Amino acid sequence: MSHLGLIRAGLWRKPARTVYTMASIIVAFLLFGLLQGINQGFGSALASVDIDRLYVSARSNMTDGLPIAQLERIRAVPGVRSVSLWAYFGAYYQEARQPIPAFATDVEPLFDVYRDMEVDPEYLQAMQRTRAGALISEALAREYGWKVGDRIMLGTSIWTDKSGSNSWPFDIVGTFDASAYGAGFPGFYFNYSYFDEARAFGTGNVHYYIVAVSDPSRAEQVGRDIDALFANSADETRTQTESALAQMQLKQLGDINFIVNAIVGAVLFTLLFLTANTMMQSVRERTSELAVLKTLGFSDSRVLVLVLMEALVLCVFAGAIGMTLAVLAFEGGMLRQLFGNFSMPPSVIVMGAALALILALVSGLAPAWRASRLNIVDALAGR
Amino acid sequence: MTSLFRQIIVVTLMNLRSLSQRLGASAVVVIGIGGVVAVLVSVLAMSTGMIRTMENSGREDRAVVMRNGATAEASSVIVRSAARLISEGVGVRRADTGEPLVSVEALRVLSLFRKDDDAEINAILRGVGPRVLDVRPELKIVAGRMFRPAVAEVIVGQSAHRQFKGLDVGDELTVRGLRWKVVGVFTSGGDAHESSLLADAETLMSLDQRGDFQSVTALLTSPAAFDAFRDSLTTHPELAVDVLRERDYYRQQSEAMSRIISVIAYVVGGIMAVGAVFGALNTMYSAVSARLQEIATLRAIGFGATAVVVSVLAEALLLSLLGGALGSLIAWLFFHGNTVSTIGGFGQLVFQLNVDTSLVVLGIVWACVIGLIGGLFPAVRAARQPVAMALRAV
Repeated sequence: MSHLGLIRAGLWRKPARTVYTMASIIVAFLLFGLLQGINQGFGSALASVDIDRLYVSARSNMTDGLPIAQLERIRAVPGVRSVSLWAYFGAYYQEARQPIPAFATDVEPLFDVYRDMEVDPEYLQAMQRTRAGALISEALAREYGWKVGDRIMLGTSIWTDKSGSNSWPFDIVGTFDASAYGAGFPGFYFNYSYFDEARAFGTGNVHYYIVAVSDPSRAEQVGRDIDALFANSADETRTQTESALAQMQLKQLGDINFIVNAIVGAVLFTLLFLTANTMMQSVRERTSELAVLKTLGFSDSRVLVLVLMEALVLCVFAGAIGMTLAVLAFEGGMLRQLFGNFSMPPSVIVMGAALALILALVSGLAPAWRASRLNIVDALAGR
Repeated sequence: MTSLFRQIIVVTLMNLRSLSQRLGASAVVVIGIGGVVAVLVSVLAMSTGMIRTMENSGREDRAVVMRNGATAEASSVIVRSAARLISEGVGVRRADTGEPLVSVEALRVLSLFRKDDDAEINAILRGVGPRVLDVRPELKIVAGRMFRPAVAEVIVGQSAHRQFKGLDVGDELTVRGLRWKVVGVFTSGGDAHESSLLADAETLMSLDQRGDFQSVTALLTSPAAFDAFRDSLTTHPELAVDVLRERDYYRQQSEAMSRIISVIAYVVGGIMAVGAVFGALNTMYSAVSARLQEIATLRAIGFGATAVVVSVLAEALLLSLLGGALGSLIAWLFFHGNTVSTIGGFGQLVFQLNVDTSLVVLGIVWACVIGLIGGLFPAVRAARQPVAMALRAV
C-alpha cells in the first residue's frame, strides 16, 4: 500500500469523525478568511495610496474649512505640481439612506492630481461650459442608471442654496474611470464656482486642498513648507500624506485590529484543541494497527511522518475549502453592503496556508510522536 | 413514568461518573462552546453599551430642533433669528422669570489625542446657552467649576477627561490660535455628552467668528407637550426645521453603528456556532461509541431507549452549560465595564461594554442549542444500536 493509500485509510477509518473535524476546520478558516480579509482590506487600502499626494486641511479640524484664498499661495510653493480642492457636499439621492460621495472641486487640476483617473478631454471642456455640470464615475453611473445629458436632483444634509432649498440640480456632462483608486473613491464632482455662488453660507470655504508634488521624495518637506506658510494665521493648516490621513480616519473607528485578532485567536485556539484531540483519539484507537505496520518493517520515523501527513492532509484540505468559501463570500458581494468594496488580499491567503500548516504540525506532533515510540510487542499485546 | 425517570437518572449519573475518563474530549465541547459564547457576548456587549449610553442621553420632555433635512447637528444650521422663534415655541418650559428654558447650541469638532495610543481623534466642543444647567439638570460639575460667559473657558466631560490628553483642570487647549482654559470636569449620568467638551455658545461663536448655531435643545413643560411644540415650529412660515424628541434623536445617531456591531456579533457567533456543533458532534459520538457495550448491556437488562437518549443529551447539555458559563464569565471578566470608543454620530463616543444578565442568558441559550444539536444525533444512534450486535462487538 502506498503512503497516500495509508493516509487515506487512516483518515477514512472513521468517516464521521473526519468529516466533523474537517467541518470545524472549514468553519474556522472561513471565519479567519472573512475577518482577516476585512481587516487587511483596510490595511492594503492604506498601503496602496500614492506618496506624491498631500492633503491640506484646517489644523484645528477638517470640518472647520479653509479659505479659498489659500489656493494660489499653495500653488506657488516650490515643488508643488498641481493643486485641486474638495468641499464636502454631504449629498444623498432621493432619500438620506442613499448617500452620494459628491464634492465641489476644480475639475481640471483634479484630474491632474489624480493622474490615474481616465476622462475624455471633451468632458472636461463640457464642465467649463456647464455651470451646474457634474462628472461622475462610471461605477456611479451604472449604479443609478445616470447618463450624460441627464439632469438630476441631489439633496444635501449640509448646504442650502440662497433660496433656502437643500435640493440641488446637476447636469451630468460626462463620466470618468476611477477604478485605479478602488471602489471607495468618491465618484461625483461638480464645479466649485457654481457651488460657492449658490450656497447660502460658508462662502469661500473648502475642506481640503489636494496637492500633487513633483518629487515624491520631497513630499514631507513640501508639506512642512505649506504649513509654515500659514503658521500663526487665523487659518492654520495641517498637511498630511494620503496614508497618514487614511490611518487617522481608520483610528476613529476604534481598534479594529484588536477586535479581529481577539476573535480569530479565540477561534484558532478552540480549533487547535479540537483537532489535536481528534488526532490523539485516532492514534490511540489504532495502536495495534500501527504496531502491525511497524512489524511489517515501517521505521519509527516513517510512522511519525505517516501520522503527521494525516494531520497535514486533514488541515490543509479543510483549510483550503474554508478559505475558498471566504473568497467566494468576498466575490459574491455579501460583504460589500456592510464594508464597501473589498477583495481578498493575497496576503491573507498566504497567512491561511501558513496557519493550516502550523495547525497540522501542532495538533499532529504529539500523536505522531506517540505513534513512532510505540513498542511493537506491548502494542500488539494491547498493553 | 417514575421508573423511566429513575432510569434516566441512573444512566445519566453513570455517564457523568465516567466523564473523568474522557476529560480531553469533553473539554472540546466546553472550550468550543465557551469560545462561541465569549465572542458573541462580548461583541454584543459593545452594542448594548452603546445603546444604553445613547438612550441615557435623552429625556422624553426635551426636544432637539435642527434645520430641516439635517440628519445630525453637525450638518444643521440655525440662524439667530430662527433660534429666537424656536424658543418662543408652544410648550417650552419657562423659568420663574419667564425666560424660556432652551439651550441654543453650536458645535465644533476638535482634534484631541487619545491617552492610550496618542491617536488623533475627533471630539466635540459644544457651545451651550446660558440656561444649560436648567435645561440639563443631570449635568453636575465634579471637579473645578462651571465656565464663565465671555471668557475662553471650557468644562470637559468625564469620559473625555479620562480618554484624552491635556484635559485636566488648569490645562489650556489651543483651538485655531485661541487658548481655551479647562476649568471643570462634569458628569451627566453616563450619557453621550460626557464624551464632549462644553463652553458658552456666544463666546465660542464670537471668539472664533465662524458659522451659525447648529441646534436648539428645549425643555418642555411635559413629555406630552412635544406634539404641540413640534407643530408650532413646523407650521411656522419663517422656520424650516425638523423637531425630534431628544431620546429619538440620540437613538437614531447610534442606530447605524450599533446595528453593524450586532450584525457582526451574530454573523461571527453564528459561524463559530456551526463549528462548535461539529466539535460537539465529534465528542458525543466518541463518548457514545466508547460506551456502546455499556449501553447495550443496560438495554439488555431492561433500560429503555428514552433513558439512553436523554442521558446522552443530558451529558451534552451539562457540558454546553459549562461552556456557556465559561464563555460568559470570560466576557464578563475581561470586557465588562471596559471603556471603548468609536464614531457615534457625535465625533467620538465613549461608552462602556455592558455584559448584562440578558446577554448572559442569550449566551447560555446559544450554548444549550449548540449542545442539543451536537448531542441529539449521537444520542439517537446510541439508542438505535441493535443490542445483540453491540454486545458481540469487542
